[in-house]
Amino acid sequence: MINRLQTLGRWGLIRFERLGRGSLFLMQVLAGLPALLLRPRLALQQVYATGVLSLVIIIVSGLFVGMVLGLQGYNTLVDFGAEESLGVLVALSLVRELGPVIAALLFAGRAGSALTAEIGLMKATEQLSAMEMMAVDPLARVIAPRLLGGFIAMPLLAAMFSAVGVFGGYFVGVGLLGVDDGSFWSQMQSKVELQEDILNGVIKSVVFGFVVTWIAVFEGYDTVPTSEGISRATTRTVVNSSLAVLGLDFVLTALMFGDF
Amino acid sequence: MPDFPNVANDPLVKIRGLRFARGERVIFDGIDIDIPRGKITAIMGPSGTGKTTLLRLISGQLRPLAGSIVVDGQPVPQLKRAALYQLRKRMGMLFQSGALLTDLDVFDNVAFPLREHTQLPEMLIRDLVLMKLQAVGLRGARHLMASELSGGMARRVALARAIALDPMMIMYDEPFTGQDPISLGIIVQLIHALNEALGLTSIIVSHDVHETAAIADYIYVLSGGKVIGHGTPVDLAHSDSPWVRQFMQGLADGPVPFHYPAADYAEELLNNQPGAAP
Ligand SMILES: Nc1ncnc2c1ncn2[C@@H]1O[C@H](COP(=O)(O)OP(=O)(O)OP(=O)(O)O)[C@@H](O)[C@H]1O
Ligand SMILES: [Mg+2]
Repeated sequence: MINRLQTLGRWGLIRFERLGRGSLFLMQVLAGLPALLLRPRLALQQVYATGVLSLVIIIVSGLFVGMVLGLQGYNTLVDFGAEESLGVLVALSLVRELGPVIAALLFAGRAGSALTAEIGLMKATEQLSAMEMMAVDPLARVIAPRLLGGFIAMPLLAAMFSAVGVFGGYFVGVGLLGVDDGSFWSQMQSKVELQEDILNGVIKSVVFGFVVTWIAVFEGYDTVPTSEGISRATTRTVVNSSLAVLGLDFVLTALMFGDF
Repeated sequence: MPDFPNVANDPLVKIRGLRFARGERVIFDGIDIDIPRGKITAIMGPSGTGKTTLLRLISGQLRPLAGSIVVDGQPVPQLKRAALYQLRKRMGMLFQSGALLTDLDVFDNVAFPLREHTQLPEMLIRDLVLMKLQAVGLRGARHLMASELSGGMARRVALARAIALDPMMIMYDEPFTGQDPISLGIIVQLIHALNEALGLTSIIVSHDVHETAAIADYIYVLSGGKVIGHGTPVDLAHSDSPWVRQFMQGLADGPVPFHYPAADYAEELLNNQPGAAP
């Protein structure tokens, strides 16, 4: 019993210690951000690496998720004779929830794991030490642009996901199942609110993008510099950032839409 | 200081009473080293004695447990980040593994410190980089990616990068390993020439007794956490210390241990019963 408690306590302490180190690390990286204003190219390269290269998976997934929504939504709504509302259902599900959350999960798997592995390998091959020896701060030169790049890319990817998803729903609902074209769009237009829905969705995706990228760069920087260490760190990035996204999604949803 | 008869009065690097440990294992147990200005000083010793660790201590990547490390009048372990980075701009280091940036090609690797620390126009950077690459014989390889180089080539590119900012001092970690006889000769010449022409201070870490003795002005031999001998190559070759003689002549038997500290060999083999700890 005591042993279990000890193990639990140790586990808790280790978690807290990592959280503390992660926060200190974040502050040091943020201190390097202003210098990036002078060299925006470094961050843009990372927007390309994390964002543009994730586009394919985001678009394909968005399309299929939207098509499934169209199909399922139609089957439910048609029983109530409310299939004209299909556009609203698809758009709201995507903009409020599925867009930010699924895009963030895909982003963690596609870009987050790549970031961790890249930084971990740079550490293992002494590239980060070599930079320090050249009086170049790796936090400012390597980590800060990646953090900023992911932070910029993620909301754009989530928006892309939602937009493509709406077309997926349109394709199935209007194209295949015969929902009226005009009411699909006009209902969507009248029921989806800018502030309540779109803005909240954007806030979610900004928060998720920040957290996922932060976890990814921290895990990479904190890697035990061996091949086993890198593989563990990559796994931790995907697991921890997915859990963080889902947990935060509940918290944010409660704050935004909950009536307590 | 009577202990250092051959060393200039105002050394560039002055190490006193240095102690350092990795966990339980003591790597340095109170060592004193002077690196004179404008000379080539070699740090030699068996593999695993802590030569690389010593370079990391001198450059402030590691902090000692005790003792002082003074580089050009500045106490390295006590320096704040900004001051340490300022000092490092004047130090070059050739990593044992080369440590090139793998997402850049050879040219950009050598240009990296110039672009980070100077505002020079790209034309000038180009000329400087080509000069440095010419010096290591790899001007023609400038478009190769770092990952496309052999180990020896990568080391030469790293050398070109280390001298890109024309530092006051360069630390070479095993510059000779992995080089064929020709490039070995070129590197020996290059280290020598840098030293002569620019008055650079060089620290060479190596266990290649022959090459090192040929260019070093002064040699320290480390073993078991201590400086077991120091002097000019000629002094050491005729040293009557059995430790130094064993190392300089590469004898297997002698007081310098070849093995990492371990339990008695015969005992470990005899105790190999089922269930015994591995
Ligand atoms: N990151 C580390 N963690 C723990 N111990 C380490 C670490 N790096 C090195 N050591 C230990 O420190 C000792 C000295 O290592 P170091 O790399 O300085 O040796 P070296 O003299 O450069 O050897 P070589 O000639 O083989 O390069 C070794 O015994 C090694 O086991
Ligand atoms: Mg070494």
